[in-house]
Amino acid sequence: MTAPAVRAGLPRPFLRLRVAGYAFFLPFFVVFLVAVVAPLAYAIYLSFFQDRMIGGTVFSGLANYTRAISDALFGAGLLRVALFLVVQVPVMLLIALGCALAIDSGRLRWPSLFRITIFMPYAVPAVVSALMWGYIYGDQFGLVGQIGDALGVAAPNLMSRSWMLGSIGNMVTWEFVGYNMIILYAALRAIPEELYEAAEMDGAGAIRIAWSVKLPALRPALLVATIFSIIGSFQLFNEPNILQTLAPAVITTSYTPNMYAYSLAFNGQQINYSAAVAVVLGLVTVVVAYAVQILTARREKTL
Amino acid sequence: MTAVAGASPAAHRSSKAKRRRSPTLTVIMLVMFGYAVLPLFWLLANASKSGGDLFSTFGLWFGGDFHLFANIGETLRYNDGIFVRWFGNTVLYSVVGAGGAALLATIGGYALAKYDFPGRKLLFAVVLGGISIPGTALAVPTYLLFSRIGIVDTPWAVLIPSLCSPFGLYLMRVYAADAVPDSILESARIDGASEFRIFRTIALRLLAPGFVTVLLFALVATWNNYFLPLIVLNTPTWFPLTVGLNQWNAQANSGTSGAGDATYSLILTGSLLSIVPLIIAFLALQRFWQSGLATGSVKQ
Repeated sequence: MTAPAVRAGLPRPFLRLRVAGYAFFLPFFVVFLVAVVAPLAYAIYLSFFQDRMIGGTVFSGLANYTRAISDALFGAGLLRVALFLVVQVPVMLLIALGCALAIDSGRLRWPSLFRITIFMPYAVPAVVSALMWGYIYGDQFGLVGQIGDALGVAAPNLMSRSWMLGSIGNMVTWEFVGYNMIILYAALRAIPEELYEAAEMDGAGAIRIAWSVKLPALRPALLVATIFSIIGSFQLFNEPNILQTLAPAVITTSYTPNMYAYSLAFNGQQINYSAAVAVVLGLVTVVVAYAVQILTARREKTL
Repeated sequence: MTAVAGASPAAHRSSKAKRRRSPTLTVIMLVMFGYAVLPLFWLLANASKSGGDLFSTFGLWFGGDFHLFANIGETLRYNDGIFVRWFGNTVLYSVVGAGGAALLATIGGYALAKYDFPGRKLLFAVVLGGISIPGTALAVPTYLLFSRIGIVDTPWAVLIPSLCSPFGLYLMRVYAADAVPDSILESARIDGASEFRIFRTIALRLLAPGFVTVLLFALVATWNNYFLPLIVLNTPTWFPLTVGLNQWNAQANSGTSGAGDATYSLILTGSLLSIVPLIIAFLALQRFWQSGLATGSVKQ
């Protein structure tokens, strides 16, 4: 029974496996081409053209890119999300790390209750989260104002110019702190028991074990969480876009780079320039994410 | 397989459970619990208020009479039941989009993990690059491309991008490498089973926990999708919940007071209704996504 199959020669089964491999991968790849590669390629293509009053759409080389780099509105948006990134991401990841370590410590009452409830906001759409927090901050039936009244103090207007970025940071933290906590917690659970035993035999206490055993083991998961958070910060759109209705004077159409690209394409009808802005934003995101990865890898080598 | 993998950490936990509980730690975590839950409680409390109570009573408790079911009826009936239509659209986009995405990622990840074909490493690298390009960055380019092809303002414009989950493929590749032993595939081949049959009858069952994880996260991504449908859809009858709710919000804030106040109740109730299905899905399937996420984040 098996003899003929072997005698048929090595190429046949190999060929069969190759064909099957390609066939299984193909459906995903077709969708990937249509949904990711094609829009990207089309945006890059568009970014090299300009709409002129006279002459219609003409090839303009890097003109859109030189314009984007010196565009003050785009620059201000980039700076704003960079500031957001530098403050919000560390705060969120530190809270997530603390929660994951606490739940893993075995010293907590009801650990699974905390794990599930802190994760829950992740399932709430950004739109609902933004509407809900926006109303809580707001002056109509806002909770912040009600608490201020009850305490007899003037509550700060959390949707004013000076508070807005922090208010959005709070929404994003609320949405994603539990998600990051679960990723870090999953990594903690995978630490082999022998490492704990060895550390305990060396007389290490709980804090010492957290510092020398758990934190090093968390490094890959922390890096993944950081990179996803960096990408999320640069691409900030949903929350400020929703809040724009509630605070139109504070959130301009160029509040974040993504909002700027959106308003250029839809309100300004500047499709080619919008494509260039989207491409530059993508490049900045990739470069920063990549730089963080390399810096982390280098530091690991020197340690 | 997951039962075995889950057993050893549980045993390791029980030996640690003898440690003294720390009240301080529990109190700190109770604060986090409040942070996570109180806004949702606020939503429930205020979706249960009559229009007058919403503005006159304290936010973190229920109003004079319990108005939740009246508000739900109002929300479902408003504007000839447009909310029901939006809910149906979201279900359609999520079930087809997330179900398709999870299936394609599972088959593709299985191919990359278990079949050796030329270009496999390169293709995987390209897809990994795709992970770092988030949906929001692609939204404007996707709109430009789709309007060129002429499929904007149709469900396809939302569905096609939803079918693609590079992160799901990555997760399934890692998962399939361990979950499907080569020896099983070999013996099935010796028995003369076709590759498709091997996938359908053997591999798919072994990949189920990973599949459910990818499905859940794709479900969240499509259910919560806002930017893409906002851009590619114009006709309100094709809107998903997210875009619809924001349209109501814009209506409520458009200045014409009086009409606005009643709309707030609709938005709060609609928001509450729109988050219930996902929360139930996560609670019901927590065993799956927690073990699936562990695979993705630990193995690099």
